Amino acid sequence: MKKLVSRMSIIMASVVLMVSFTACGSNKDSGGGTKSSSGKFASIEELKQKGKIRIGVFADKPPFGYVDSSGKNQGFDVYIARRFAKDLLGDESKVEFVLVDAASRVAYLESNKVDIIMANFTVTDERKQKVDFANPYMKVSFGIVSPDKAPITSIDQLKADGKKLIVAKGTTAETYFTKNNPDIKLLKFDQYTEVFAALKDGRGAAIANDNTEVIAWAKSNPGFTVTIPEFGGQDTIAPAVAKGNTALKDWINTELETLGKEKFIHQAYKETLNKVYGEGFTDSLVIEGGKAQ
Amino acid sequence: MQSLGVEVLFEGSNFERLLGGLGVTITIAFSSIIFSTLSGGIMGLLRTSAPAIIRLLLRVYLEMFRIIPILVWLWVVHFGLTPALQIEVSGEFTSIVVFSLWGAAEVGDLVRGALESLPRHQVETGKALGFSYMQLYRYILIPQAVRRVLPGMINLATRMIKTTSLVVLIGVIEVVKIGQQIIEIGVIKAPNASFWVYGFIFILYFIICYPLSRLAKKYELKWHSL
Repeated sequence: MKKLVSRMSIIMASVVLMVSFTACGSNKDSGGGTKSSSGKFASIEELKQKGKIRIGVFADKPPFGYVDSSGKNQGFDVYIARRFAKDLLGDESKVEFVLVDAASRVAYLESNKVDIIMANFTVTDERKQKVDFANPYMKVSFGIVSPDKAPITSIDQLKADGKKLIVAKGTTAETYFTKNNPDIKLLKFDQYTEVFAALKDGRGAAIANDNTEVIAWAKSNPGFTVTIPEFGGQDTIAPAVAKGNTALKDWINTELETLGKEKFIHQAYKETLNKVYGEGFTDSLVIEGGKAQ
Repeated sequence: MQSLGVEVLFEGSNFERLLGGLGVTITIAFSSIIFSTLSGGIMGLLRTSAPAIIRLLLRVYLEMFRIIPILVWLWVVHFGLTPALQIEVSGEFTSIVVFSLWGAAEVGDLVRGALESLPRHQVETGKALGFSYMQLYRYILIPQAVRRVLPGMINLATRMIKTTSLVVLIGVIEVVKIGQQIIEIGVIKAPNASFWVYGFIFILYFIICYPLSRLAKKYELKWHSL
């Protein structure tokens, strides 16, 4: 009898475990990876009620989004994001910064874990299918940085010598080369820290990324120069919201227009980017009022 | 003279931030280790004694965690499963859940292995002496199995501690990510900062993992002499 009871209890325990596991399993299927669950995002009213807006920014990409030595978020994107929070919720401290990686930005919006992404997010057709972009506040093209000892002055040079080009995963530079120059060997990394380390220790011949990124990095790293400052056409950088969140997108567009009247983006540039790029680049990088000239 | 880079560790609140990040690492790793030891123990018992169908399901569960990388589990659970269930959880929570599930599968296999490695006559002797099923496990099998499980468990625990560096993907800011943030803002003033920051992180991981392996060594020696 005792034996029977103990056997029964083991069976019972296993049934409980099994049910919980299969429950997990079936949910996973219905989740279908990173499908969006639309209609779930907060309306502007709800954001105001909660008194909190979640904005996704970079944590390791100065001068656009980084964390300073006292643990505070700083940078160009962050500066503008704080102003958004101030104008929407009345206080810039009501923004909650979510620190995102380049490759997970779309997933954060699709899974409704942030309200806005302002992490140097370049507008592309592929991304437009998954998220909604507001009007841009900045424009960029690609640039290539290489060591002074072995400068890369043309794209053909990379092809000819079979050299490796370093890119960060999930960036537009990666997409550009995969699509337009598939014969160039790419060396890909998740983190920007790893990208720069790979150029320094010679694992790759050059880094391709947004020109802003490489200009800034080359300026602070002697021995490296931006040898191709501009190629691949012009792109814009804009805040992004979840697909279908038109209310928030419209609010951002109106906000950008209002800010344009006081030249706020120029001020953001002056406060955060001047020391990195110098004043000469202001008008070639900034878009005021949400409309490119 | 060019700066050595070591001072970035003590600039502003960097030192406290790194320790805070270590706190996150420790919280995730040790909560998961505790949960997986408990549930893994039960799972190990089930895998040696439960009906065949349950053993098979548990086997499938183990293989799922062995075959699919933890990185993928974290991503699917955080960006796929929790939004689909309409629940909002923090990255830390997701990490503890995924690491516990993974740990439970691995611990379960270790326990199963240990139980199965015990000589057949141990069970038969116990039965001959009139031990019940429960008593058999309680007094004969489990005490012996624990000794055989320990080295593997410590190995798994240190592996779990180090694997926590993956959780940055779902937005959890642990010690390695804070290190990278510090390196990135320091590139202008101190290009060698990465060496010091990673060196410091190495020491932090060592401080957590080394006592574990000492502990394992101690008990192994102690039990071996019994």
